[in-house]
Amino acid sequence: MALNPAMPILSARASVRTETLLVRLVLLLLSLGFLTFVVVLPLVAVFAQALDKGVGAYLAALTQPETAAAIKLTLITAAIAVPLNTVFGVAAAWAIAKFRFPGRNILLTLIDLPFTVSPVISGLVFVLLFGSRGVFGAWLEAHDIKIVFATPGIVLATIFVTFPFVAREILPALQEAGNASEEAGLTLGAGGWRILFRITLPRIKWALIYGVILCNARAMGEFGAVSVVSGHIRGLTNTIPLQVEILYNEYDFVGAFAVASLLTLLALATLVVKKLVERRENKAS
Amino acid sequence: MAKPFRSWNPGPLPGFRPTLGFTIFYLGLMVLLPLAALVLKATHMSAAQFWATISSSRALAAYRLSFGGAFLAAGINAVAGLALSWVLVRYRFLGHAVVDAIIDLPLALPTAVAGIALTAIYAPNGVVGGFLDRHGIHLAFNQAGVILAMVFVGLPFAVRSVQPVLLEIDPRIEEAAAVLGASRLRTFLKVVLPILMPSVITGSTLAFARAVGEYGSIVFISGNLPGQTEIVPLLIVSKLEQFQYPEATALALVMLAGSLATLLAANYLQTRSRRWAHGA
Repeated sequence: MALNPAMPILSARASVRTETLLVRLVLLLLSLGFLTFVVVLPLVAVFAQALDKGVGAYLAALTQPETAAAIKLTLITAAIAVPLNTVFGVAAAWAIAKFRFPGRNILLTLIDLPFTVSPVISGLVFVLLFGSRGVFGAWLEAHDIKIVFATPGIVLATIFVTFPFVAREILPALQEAGNASEEAGLTLGAGGWRILFRITLPRIKWALIYGVILCNARAMGEFGAVSVVSGHIRGLTNTIPLQVEILYNEYDFVGAFAVASLLTLLALATLVVKKLVERRENKAS
Repeated sequence: MAKPFRSWNPGPLPGFRPTLGFTIFYLGLMVLLPLAALVLKATHMSAAQFWATISSSRALAAYRLSFGGAFLAAGINAVAGLALSWVLVRYRFLGHAVVDAIIDLPLALPTAVAGIALTAIYAPNGVVGGFLDRHGIHLAFNQAGVILAMVFVGLPFAVRSVQPVLLEIDPRIEEAAAVLGASRLRTFLKVVLPILMPSVITGSTLAFARAVGEYGSIVFISGNLPGQTEIVPLLIVSKLEQFQYPEATALALVMLAGSLATLLAANYLQTRSRRWAHGA
């Protein structure tokens, strides 16, 4: 930051590294205008539409039994997917950041794979595995186990889609922190678990928190993959985003946007946490 | 990078075998096995059937929209991302922190919510859409709507790739250019932009990859007309809904191959532009 100081937009101070006032203002207006039309207006629209018929209608829409069922299913899904991906993220980041081994780059690429796969394909693969005509379909049917069009399928698709988030957030933090503290702990006689919980995790705490929060926001908000495996059974296999779709397609706009506003609040909370984490990191460095 | 033979002594810290073992096990179970099912299922088709599916006119129109639209959206995002990073890094203004935070909204906001919100604004009965409609511009229920949603989901990647690089540029480089008599514009085009180019390419590639696969935000605003506003992911879903699993699988493989080719091409471009920036 010190290397490259930003300047107040209206500053009259001239320097060879600043554009003229006119250029600065035009650039600012154009880029903020773009951001307004693409990102800010949709954000405002969610709350404007949700409260279109007043607070009473908003609250009534949120307390419908089907919405309550969708919220419950979403919470169950996130409660399984997020801890699993968090444990995986910590293990993967530990293995990749602390050790050198052949195939390390390949492993990194494979971990990122779910990022590049379309959500629809992420759902499709589980239908191909566990659907009635899938690889394990006949066996599952014979044993009366339902995965696709039921909660397990939704959980699996959610895990797949949010797979890299925690690992990706904590890996840079872990690499930057280096191994010196852990090695010091080792020479002082600490065991692996103790090093992890007393030295490593406290040091990457903020990156871990943001990773978990982002993973959770994506898990609760996933639409494409879950839509493919859920079967859209009302009150049974509908998550919050699917409930939004159903209400919207029934022209219940207040209802759709009211439910959507819950997920929007979650997204905003995620952004606030990210900002806080960045503040902490800047202070620490 | 470590040389292979050193790998057998990975370091003094404990936990190498269990963490790597668990990582590979979980990765295999949750990601690689499911993706293998895709390939396995495709082998159940005959080559002729496979080819007929992926080269139907409906599929060709969908590729054109998905890949062409994502390319256009990535281009828009490259320019907008560069401008936004510039404003965020170089200028201080009221609400700077809020603007910086809001850039990430498309990453955190569920795609279905983005889809209905964009539609609410840009549909002919929406606030902005109504105004544009009276002036003959239509941004919803056509290909423009698809691209609008693609721009939305790709924006954070375009900004976040360029921003840190811009922050690290040594001010003396620009000062030297100015002292040597270059105008501000010339300094930007000849000195700053080449340094930023690899990160712009990275950002646009990520935005492109995200836009190609995007489903949730697009299906609400596109209108979903086969052959006109149908993206590949939607075509896959409609095949699935008719229980045409092999067809859905074949199309999914084409998409995966397309994404892979993009990543490789971007890698190549990045190396090229890096060499260009360093004058070799």
